[in-house]
Amino acid sequence: MTIYSIYVLSKAGGLIFNCDQNIPKIELEKTFSYPLPYKLVFENNRIVVSFGQRDGIKVGHSLLAINGIAVTGKQLDDGRDALKVLEDPEQYPISLKFGWPRLSTNEKIFLASMFYPLFAIASQLSPEPRSSGIEVLETSSYRLHCYQTLTGVKFLAVVDPRQTGVDALLRRLHELYADFALKNPFYSLEMPIRCELFDTHVRSALEQAERLGVANV
Amino acid sequence: MNRSVDPKKVNSELFTLTYGALVVQLLNDLESVEEVNKQLDRMGYNIGVRLVEDFIARTSADKCYDLRETADKIQAGFRLYLGVSPSVGGWGPAGDEFSLTLDSNPLAEFVELPETCSNMRYSAILPGIVRGACEMVHLEVTSWFVQDQLRGDPVTELRVKFVKRLEDSVPPGED
Repeated sequence: MTIYSIYVLSKAGGLIFNCDQNIPKIELEKTFSYPLPYKLVFENNRIVVSFGQRDGIKVGHSLLAINGIAVTGKQLDDGRDALKVLEDPEQYPISLKFGWPRLSTNEKIFLASMFYPLFAIASQLSPEPRSSGIEVLETSSYRLHCYQTLTGVKFLAVVDPRQTGVDALLRRLHELYADFALKNPFYSLEMPIRCELFDTHVRSALEQAERLGVANV
Repeated sequence: MNRSVDPKKVNSELFTLTYGALVVQLLNDLESVEEVNKQLDRMGYNIGVRLVEDFIARTSADKCYDLRETADKIQAGFRLYLGVSPSVGGWGPAGDEFSLTLDSNPLAEFVELPETCSNMRYSAILPGIVRGACEMVHLEVTSWFVQDQLRGDPVTELRVKFVKRLEDSVPPGED
């Protein structure tokens, strides 16, 4: 049972808090000889495997490092162009690290604000009057729970499909938000929550929910 | 830890005295009773917009579709945060205003207003809190004291009047 991440959206739809809990880290490092068995393309500011799936490296994984030197966008950290290095037969044998790209903070903010209109559309599409927005969104690999308070703040939890007790967890997060964010006189409303007490309490609530989730099964 | 079962209780006298110190400090700083009234109301408003979240989280209150439900919630709020239970009454003919009547005001327990402060709204923080809290749940209300024990009235009476529903602030999926 796992809780992957937590997002808190303000009334206006901005991301004001997020925290990642045990997102599986997929990283594979291998040594290759020329030519590479994968087709690599550059998209979304990342070098991504577009075709050729073998040895655990899958389509969609992105290139994280060459010979231990990290890759940012197209560039190696020592200033060389990563794609040029890969094309050069003299650089081989070469050690490449592939992995599942993590969301950057900007992407998280972007996705969080995307959820806001989805939630609104869902409530308008409803065949029944007075419908709520999206409460649970289910996929093959995770479930997204959303809890909107009467004041319009949304608490989202991305969890394993088998995780139980998520509603109670979200209500607990609401309590923590009321206590440690809103009662903190130095926290201004609608702004990102940077309160250490809130952070630690959220983490302990997550751990507790994971333990109870296991016990409930 | 469940707050609804184990509230952090604090001696109400500590709160009463702290509030008294705040009012006196404001009076010293601002030197005008009118200004103090205004300032207390503003502070109350700022407390209200934050406190309402705690109230909802603790009582898992439902949405109100009628002012009578709102009145019950405000009454519950007084019970929760001040430990007093005001009576709700004095409904206007249109059902858009009501009074909360307190037999004793915990904020003013040890207070006697001096002559110079006869037009002070000593507990002006309370209407501010009510206004701020209602605004966050999309209700615009006005709130004021019509009777005050400190000014010789038999009870303390807080009037709440519904102004309008803040349609533009209702989040989608809430209605």
